Order: sequence, then structure tokens, then C-alpha cells
Amino acid sequence: MSLDIQVETKADTRPTAPTPRSPRRRRTSRRTLLTHAVRVALIVAWLGSWELAARTVIDPFYYSMPSQIWDKLVIWFTEGSSQGSIWGTIAVTLEEAVLGFALGTLAGVLLGVVLGRARFVADVLAPFIKGANAIPRIVLASLFVIWFGLGMSSKVATAFVLVFFAVFFNAFQGAREVDKVLVDNARILGAGRWALMRSVILPSATSWILASMHVAFGFALIGAIVGEYTGADKGLGLLINHSQGNFDAAGIYAGMLITTVLALVAEWLITQLEVRLTSWRPPASGQASGL
Amino acid sequence: MTQITSGAGPTAISLRGATKRFPTRSGEPFTALRDVDLDVAPGEFVSIVGPTGCGKSTTLSLVSGLEPASAGTVAVHGAPVTAIPDGVGYMFQADAVLPWKNVLDNVALGLRYRGAGKAEAHARARDWITRVGLAGFEDRYPHQLSGGMRKRVAMAQTLITEPSLLLLDEPFGALDVQTRELMQDELLRLWSGTGAACVFVTHDLTEAITLADRVVVMTAGPATVKDVVDIDLPRPRRVEEIRLTPEFIDLYKRVWDSLREEVEITRTRGASRVA
Repeated sequence: MSLDIQVETKADTRPTAPTPRSPRRRRTSRRTLLTHAVRVALIVAWLGSWELAARTVIDPFYYSMPSQIWDKLVIWFTEGSSQGSIWGTIAVTLEEAVLGFALGTLAGVLLGVVLGRARFVADVLAPFIKGANAIPRIVLASLFVIWFGLGMSSKVATAFVLVFFAVFFNAFQGAREVDKVLVDNARILGAGRWALMRSVILPSATSWILASMHVAFGFALIGAIVGEYTGADKGLGLLINHSQGNFDAAGIYAGMLITTVLALVAEWLITQLEVRLTSWRPPASGQASGL
Repeated sequence: MTQITSGAGPTAISLRGATKRFPTRSGEPFTALRDVDLDVAPGEFVSIVGPTGCGKSTTLSLVSGLEPASAGTVAVHGAPVTAIPDGVGYMFQADAVLPWKNVLDNVALGLRYRGAGKAEAHARARDWITRVGLAGFEDRYPHQLSGGMRKRVAMAQTLITEPSLLLLDEPFGALDVQTRELMQDELLRLWSGTGAACVFVTHDLTEAITLADRVVVMTAGPATVKDVVDIDLPRPRRVEEIRLTPEFIDLYKRVWDSLREEVEITRTRGASRVA
């Protein structure tokens, strides 16, 4: 039996130590500069061609254009949106996402690690878990609105189910891949069940769990926004839904942009956490790209 | 270190007809160990040698309680082994120190598991770190140490629990020759006076004879005891000196004569498997 679907691979995101030789370093820094320059050029080309096309060929009513989106953002952040202060809207969505993320991660880690060590229970539950994972969970958002109402809890529940499975499968796999010698050694040294879990299994599974957390926060945001989209009294999803209702393409783009920034900030925070928690690891021998 | 005396029984380890079979995918069980009879007295150092992969290590997993015997009895300090017995220390062939804990926390691990407070455990761990010659490396993580230093950590980690029965499964197998000899000396130095019984599994005859009071020769798998050779070399021994004495060379020939047949059997099997 195996539950090893949807597993994110362990990614070592620690950068390689710079080589002290100066000509090489100069070459690397010139490379970095060039990388950034090309990136900026790509963005300029993309936004420029969009703006130009919207002003000449395509209809900006449907496709909007960068300047309109920018104006929308400026209005939202200075005068507020149709829902009032944009900061309040962001805070609501973020709170739902963070709560769903925290609860989903906690439950996923706990259940994943426990099932990862309890072979029999895992064998029994495997088909049910796979079945639950196969449910189109976005649809659950509708159910949660009926169950928990238009308030925050229905969004937290949607974020929770999305996060839970992402973290669960990784924690499960991580707990299974623990080096047997480490477990045997700890048992000989006198570790009980709980001490073994805390000092050997969990730390060993940590890199697997952290790998899944990168994706999981994105899922939490999706869960919160889809939840709001389905039915809510405030939040970014509702704002996007209203923009759709008003045929305001720029508003949809602006909402999307804010969400993206939130996800990127969260991703950065999780990377910081990862660096802290895995400081015991030897530096990676090489890293091909920042992906 | 305190003198450990075994009050529980006359022998530290007693194996009677110990047999271990492992289930395989084909359904036919694989017999690793067959009818092993072996007694180890308290304070005695016994080496077990045998052809590669014959099942020497399985003996240790039965004694340590990590694996149950399929047949026969296994007793430690007179009591049959059902779980990990008290007072057992085990040094593994592979690195078994926790990579996410520094040297100090790794050495203190056994005491922490046994309920000692952090301050007390750390104080005694520092003492042991000094004894294995790692003073100044308390804050290092295992990946920052050499293979030999990691073995020193493992040694301190095991010995800090003051085992009355020390099981060693080719602990120095992965080290280079010079480091290995150094570690053998260290082991003898730290072991002498503890009164702990030692079972040392190796396929290196020199190592086996240098360390032990008795060398047990195992047959090609399924392993059973073929021969027992008493090593009456005086202690304390200096590893690099003792192996040049004529007494040592005689013992080496004696053990090798016994082992050679088994090694040849293993080689023939390997060859026929390749062919």
C-alpha cells in the first residue's frame, strides 16, 4: 500500500558558498546584474506590448491595460475600494489564510507523522485518505458556506482542507523515510515512544514538511479567496467577485496582483523559517536555479 | 566510571539454539542464524568473526532485543530478552548520531532519554566528550566532523549510559587503517575497568584478536558457531605493538585456518551467483 501521491520533493534552497577568488566573483556579479536586467526588460516588454495593444488593437474593456490596473490600485490604496479600506480587506483574507494554514499544517503534520509510523492503521486508512484526496475540494467551499455561514469560519475551513492534504502526504512520507539506524540507536539509548517521535522522527521529517509548506501557503490563499468568492461579507475574493459583477477587468487584475504579493511575502517568510530550522545541514553542493 | 557488577546471573549473555529467520518476497524464509550456542561472562571481551554477510550482526540484534529470535532462547543477565534489556549499549556500523543535534546534545541524549535534567546531562556529557578527546567540539554538528570524530561521538554517546553489556557491530569498519587502530586503542582504554561485557563483530581478524579475550568463528550463512579460540595475550594491550608479537601471529594463523574454509565457501557461492 502506498500513500505516496502528491509529494513535493525536498528542495535544498541554501545557496552555495561564494568562491573567494575575485575574478570569478566579478564574473558572477556581472551575471547576476545581467539576469536582473533581462528580467526587467521582459516585464517592460510584456507590460508595454499589453498597454500598446490595448490602446490600438484589443478592447481594454475586456482585457484592461496596465495603466488602468495601476490607477485601480492607487484608488484602492488611497480612497479605498467598494468594500471600504483595502487594508481591512487584505487583513480579513490574510487572517483566514493564516488560520487555515496553521490549523491545516498542524493537523497534517500530526496525522502524517503518526500514520507514517503506524503501518497497520495506515494500511487500513489508505483507501479512505486517497478517496478524500480525490474529492474536488474547491467544491467543498460551497458546502462550508452552508455549514458555517458567510463569516470567516467557512473560509478557514476551505483553506484548511487544501493545506491539510498537501502537508499530510509529505509528513507521512517523511516519517516513513527515517533512517532505521537512527531509530534503533535512539531506542537502545532509552528513548520512549514520545521521545523518539520528538527527537528523531519529527526532525527527520522536517525537511519534507517544510518542502510542502511552500506550496501549502499558496493553497491556503486560494482556499480563502475561493471561499470568499463563493459567498462572503468581506475579503479579497469578494472584491474580485464584485469587480467581475461590474465588468471591471482592471479590478480583477488588481486583486490578483495583491494576492500574488501576499503569496510571495509568505513564501519568503517560510524560506526564512526553513533556513533557521535546517541550520544543522551541510551547505548544498550546488543549486541550478532559484526555482 | 563506576565498576559494574552483574548480580543477576553468572553470564552476561546466554544464547541457546538461537535461530533467526527472515521472511522473503519469494515466501521461502531466509535463515540468517542457525542454532547458535554462546555464553559471554561479565567483563569478558568476545569478538565474532565470520565471512562477509554471514549473519554476525544478526546475533547482536537478537541480544539487543531489536529483533526477536525465531527459535531458541536469548538471555541477558539471566533474564530472557523480550524488549531492549537494561544496561545494553550498541555501536552501529553506520553513523547513528543525530545529524540535527550538536556533539554535546548527541552525547547527552542517552541521559536525557533516561530522565536526567538538562544541566546534569550536559555536565556529564562534557566530561565524556573530554574523555574521548573531543573537548572544544561541543557545538559542532556531525557533518562538520571527520568520520573518526563522529565515531568518537558515537562512543561517548554509548558509554555515557554506562552499559554493562556493550555490543559493537563493525563500528570502525568505515574508517581508514590509522584511525581504526587509534579508535581500537581508545576503546580498550575506555573499556578497561568498566567490567562491561563486550561483543565485537568484525570481519577483520587482526582487530578481532587484538581486542578480545575470545574469538568466535562463525560459519558461512546460515551462521552458527564453528570454533572458539581463547586469546591469552596479556592486558593492557597496545594495538600497534601487540600484532607484531609471535604469540599474536600464532593465534592469527589458528583463527585464519578455521575461518578460511568458510570464506572459501562464501566466495564459491558468490562466484556461482555471478556466473
